[in-house]
Amino acid sequence: MKVLVPVKRVVDYNVKVRVKSDQTGVDIANVKMSMNPFDEIAVEEATRLKEKGAATEVIAVSAGVQQSQETLRTAMAIGADRGILVQTDVELQPLAVAKLLKAVVDKEQPQLVILGKQAIDDDANQTGQMLAALLDWPQATYASKVEVAGDKVTVTREVDGGLETLTLKLPAIVTTDLRLNEPRYVTLPNIMKAKKKPLDTVTPQDLGVDPAPRLKTLKVSEPPARKAGIKVPDVATLVDKLKNEAKVV
Amino acid sequence: MTTLVIAEHDNAHLKGATLNTIAAAAKIGGDVHVLVAGSNAKAVADQAAQAAGVSKVLLADAPQLAEGLAENLAAQVLAIAKDYSHILFPATASGKNVAPRVAAKLDVAQISDITAVESADTFQRPIYAGNAIATVQSADAVKVITVRTTGFDAVAAQGGSAAVENLTAVADSGLSTFVSREVAKSDRPELAGARVVVSGGRGLGSAENFKILDPLADKLGAALGASRAAVDAGYAPNDWQVGQTGKIVAPQLYVAVGISGAIQHLAGMKDSKVIVAINKDAEAPIFGVADYGLVGDLFELVPQLASAL
Repeated sequence: MKVLVPVKRVVDYNVKVRVKSDQTGVDIANVKMSMNPFDEIAVEEATRLKEKGAATEVIAVSAGVQQSQETLRTAMAIGADRGILVQTDVELQPLAVAKLLKAVVDKEQPQLVILGKQAIDDDANQTGQMLAALLDWPQATYASKVEVAGDKVTVTREVDGGLETLTLKLPAIVTTDLRLNEPRYVTLPNIMKAKKKPLDTVTPQDLGVDPAPRLKTLKVSEPPARKAGIKVPDVATLVDKLKNEAKVV
Repeated sequence: MTTLVIAEHDNAHLKGATLNTIAAAAKIGGDVHVLVAGSNAKAVADQAAQAAGVSKVLLADAPQLAEGLAENLAAQVLAIAKDYSHILFPATASGKNVAPRVAAKLDVAQISDITAVESADTFQRPIYAGNAIATVQSADAVKVITVRTTGFDAVAAQGGSAAVENLTAVADSGLSTFVSREVAKSDRPELAGARVVVSGGRGLGSAENFKILDPLADKLGAALGASRAAVDAGYAPNDWQVGQTGKIVAPQLYVAVGISGAIQHLAGMKDSKVIVAINKDAEAPIFGVADYGLVGDLFELVPQLASAL
């Protein structure tokens, strides 16, 4: 069974981004970029499936600028066998990414696609579900446990109020939540090995997909600032403030 | 112009998030219809019919719709999508699961997690964990949207009198099967809609120590929450997580106990009306957003606060 893992290059989660003064977006020049954390969990899960013998090959795929190659190399250092870059400088929105991924799925014929549940830049939380819809495959989002057995995958999902378990017929789409696994640290030997793994580059045109964005961003602005309040010396003062100043208790 | 709101429910009760979503639909303008897809869910449809501003409730009632499976629920929405200019889901685990499936099938972009309606085609949404607000415009024929419930005050649950119309339920896709659900039973209010939230972080130190929050939450009638660090460490269940990728809350009062205040956590609670922080580290970032900060040992201060209230 082949497993496909889409990965996205995003601003590192430790970076607090700044809105550009002309309100056209956020400033990502000279900012540290990393693999989206949920995608790292996806690569780790696929790698573990291969180590357990449930998967035969793990293919990482990324869509975006040329530097996304680095993200694919990281995926291969974790354990992906090869990488595919759909290279474009066009701003990619989730529907376009889902269409590009569908084209890759049609070509590679994986039985399972594992994606991060959302990217921490646009916070859209759409691509996995959209890919499932375009392929007419079942989906299990926000996974905290994945078990492949025969032609089925059983997934425990993090939902409002607790956990839910579903069984899907393969081929299927799974998206990862935080508790699915803890990705391994990549070691230097594995980084070196990853450099020798195959990485193919294609374009949206090669895949027959128009990646043009559908939503127009009119502006990007700062959120309303929240002022720091005061420190109170003791519990009695706090209770007094909550009762008489804030009037919330 | 008519907007379809997808109801969130458990086949017996309409969830509060639906009322916030109806409020967003009202801001868009035009008629508001509500789809209740479930099994033995007539009671939910009757509740939806009473919500203020709803002109029609559509009920699709069948066993294959009981568990909200994405494949079946999306198909049910798609069966009537052509009648609508806007399709709105609450940005809950269920809404976020299903909405993109509907959007992709309609070949339209989805607008996630809107916090404000500027016009029928222009919306605000947070990006980068709420560190920036994007104003986006959609030219698509149908706007598929998820609504951040904290951005819109709920409409009244009573007072409306919409007609309930029955729909033919779509067939089971056969692609996925519901196995089980473990829902924590609690007498406390639901985290997402609670008036007061008491949240614990890594500072609590263990699942056992988390119980120190119970008397305080009892006194305040609060829901319990947690930081990602506390959930990852196994101190609290996953559905308590407040933050960028967990629950987004905006209660009247948010009490953060032993939480340092990573930006991903602040993203989930900084719109709360009043924030109280209790932490032993006076330099913790949580104090940068707290209205009232109390520096000290939480194991002394929390019981003191509970008994003082």
